[in-house]
Amino acid sequence: MTRSATRDVIMTLVVSAILIAVMPMLVGTYTLTVLVIYGMLGLSLGLIWGFGGILCFGQAAFFGLGAYIYAISAINIGESTLPMILAVALTAGFALLLGAMMFYGRLTDVYLGVITLVVTLILFKFINTTAGPQYKIGDARLGGFNGIPGFQTLNVPGDPGAYIWGDALFYVCAVALVIVFLLVTWLLRSSFGRIAVGIRENETRMALMGYDVAARKTVLFAIGAGIAGLAGAFFANWAEIVTPTLFSLGQSAEIIIWCIVGGLGTRLGPIVGAAGLAYLKFMLGQQSMIDNTLIMGLVLVIFVLFLPRGLVPAIGSLWQASVGRTARRRPARRMRRARHG
Amino acid sequence: MAETVLETAGLTMRFGGVTASDNVDFKLQSRELRCLIGPNGAGKSTFFKCVTGLLTPSEGHVFMRGQEVTGWHPHQIASLGVGIKTQTPNVMDALSVHENIWLAARRFFDVAEARARADDVIERLALGPIARTDLGQLAHGERQRVELGLVAVADPWLVLLDEPAAGMSATDVDRMTTIIHEMTRSAAVVIVEHDMQFIRSIAETVTVFHQGAVLMEDHVDRVMADETVRRVYLGKNA
Repeated sequence: MTRSATRDVIMTLVVSAILIAVMPMLVGTYTLTVLVIYGMLGLSLGLIWGFGGILCFGQAAFFGLGAYIYAISAINIGESTLPMILAVALTAGFALLLGAMMFYGRLTDVYLGVITLVVTLILFKFINTTAGPQYKIGDARLGGFNGIPGFQTLNVPGDPGAYIWGDALFYVCAVALVIVFLLVTWLLRSSFGRIAVGIRENETRMALMGYDVAARKTVLFAIGAGIAGLAGAFFANWAEIVTPTLFSLGQSAEIIIWCIVGGLGTRLGPIVGAAGLAYLKFMLGQQSMIDNTLIMGLVLVIFVLFLPRGLVPAIGSLWQASVGRTARRRPARRMRRARHG
Repeated sequence: MAETVLETAGLTMRFGGVTASDNVDFKLQSRELRCLIGPNGAGKSTFFKCVTGLLTPSEGHVFMRGQEVTGWHPHQIASLGVGIKTQTPNVMDALSVHENIWLAARRFFDVAEARARADDVIERLALGPIARTDLGQLAHGERQRVELGLVAVADPWLVLLDEPAAGMSATDVDRMTTIIHEMTRSAAVVIVEHDMQFIRSIAETVTVFHQGAVLMEDHVDRVMADETVRRVYLGKNA
């Protein structure tokens, strides 16, 4: 276990170091930064949905909250370190309350989807109505549908004059994604993560074994929201403006599609799905021949029909099928690894 | 005198106009093996669900080791050291046998101890060859056996089994009988069961349910010989 864990960490570090070095030569860092941020957002839903069985239709709500909390506190504080922390902590705190309400209320499946969807809608509608000058938190005007521009963006901790932007912002975001990825890996290998997967598989059984299912789902939900909040804060720094469209239902739906296409129940799948589809959307946005939502819909349909487990598991099985004569003797182990990505 | 580990007083459960459990007084001593029998709809499973916290009784009280647990959640009851197996196999399908049993042990022991105990139970239940196989790929009898393993690994002092022998082959039932006898060395065991052959092979004291209430409670031989029991159970209209 520990040896495979070490190998996992080293593999992750090597692969991500290569990617961070090579990718900027192929794609502009400005685009890459947002792909990395979307990857983090995809990972946040991939964690709670793929490993906790919690299908949240409102992951965009946490993304938007993280961005808004960053923007508002950055205006008031004038330095970026504390706002980054607040964006993660307050978003996770909000999710903790929302999750406790849902999970202790024994809401499951479709009702959970409806509530998270409605919360996203409420935030979207509410922020849109805050155009008037009376809506302000400290020095920050919420700005309604115009959003909040002109806040302090990411700086070197302790030095508000030393901005981190452009290439540097890309490297910060990429390293943050690697760290989050490693933390998620560690979480899933820990007892907490293994128990979460048990709960995904059979809530009743886990309760009958003495696990407080509601408490554990609430905590996992909050961790996922915290990661989405961090992604939101980075997004605010990248875009240098936050607008209510962050909370839109389209954004929420897109995150779900990233997870399905990339491969649910893997750590890498949602990241690959997010970055890949976001890049596709970016490319499609440069032409006017065909509407890009049409293409996105087509991609989803094709994946659901032909690769229902998603891209990463499909590539995994393909690789094992070509390499795997020797591995065939232990089919159970092989399947397990494929599932855990 | 032996300690009373499970007691219900006036336990009543109503679903609308139907009284599924009617004023049941029940007592179980430590390390006792008790079978609950009765025809379909007699209220055995409702009684079972009320005791395990899956249902909250309309009236009456449930005590475990003298502590009132009426209305507790299943996870709180299980945390006391009560092992529960439901009627339909309840396992984690996408996880391996070892992971399933480890999860059950982890609730009460640390990581290393849980692994040692899981290995031990896998050996005792002869699950070694399939320890790395996912539950979803196993046959019904094997899944039942794994679920018993989930219960046994936590080292409970009270074990509640709902129809453990349902749909199992004769060999599986024999193996199950051995495991249950092993459990009674350290725990009181309640078995809700339909299979009369299984009851005859394992039971000592039997409680007979009929129309939600306790009809009689006696040694298995006397229960089997009783005219009233035979009438309600076998539907003989004498």
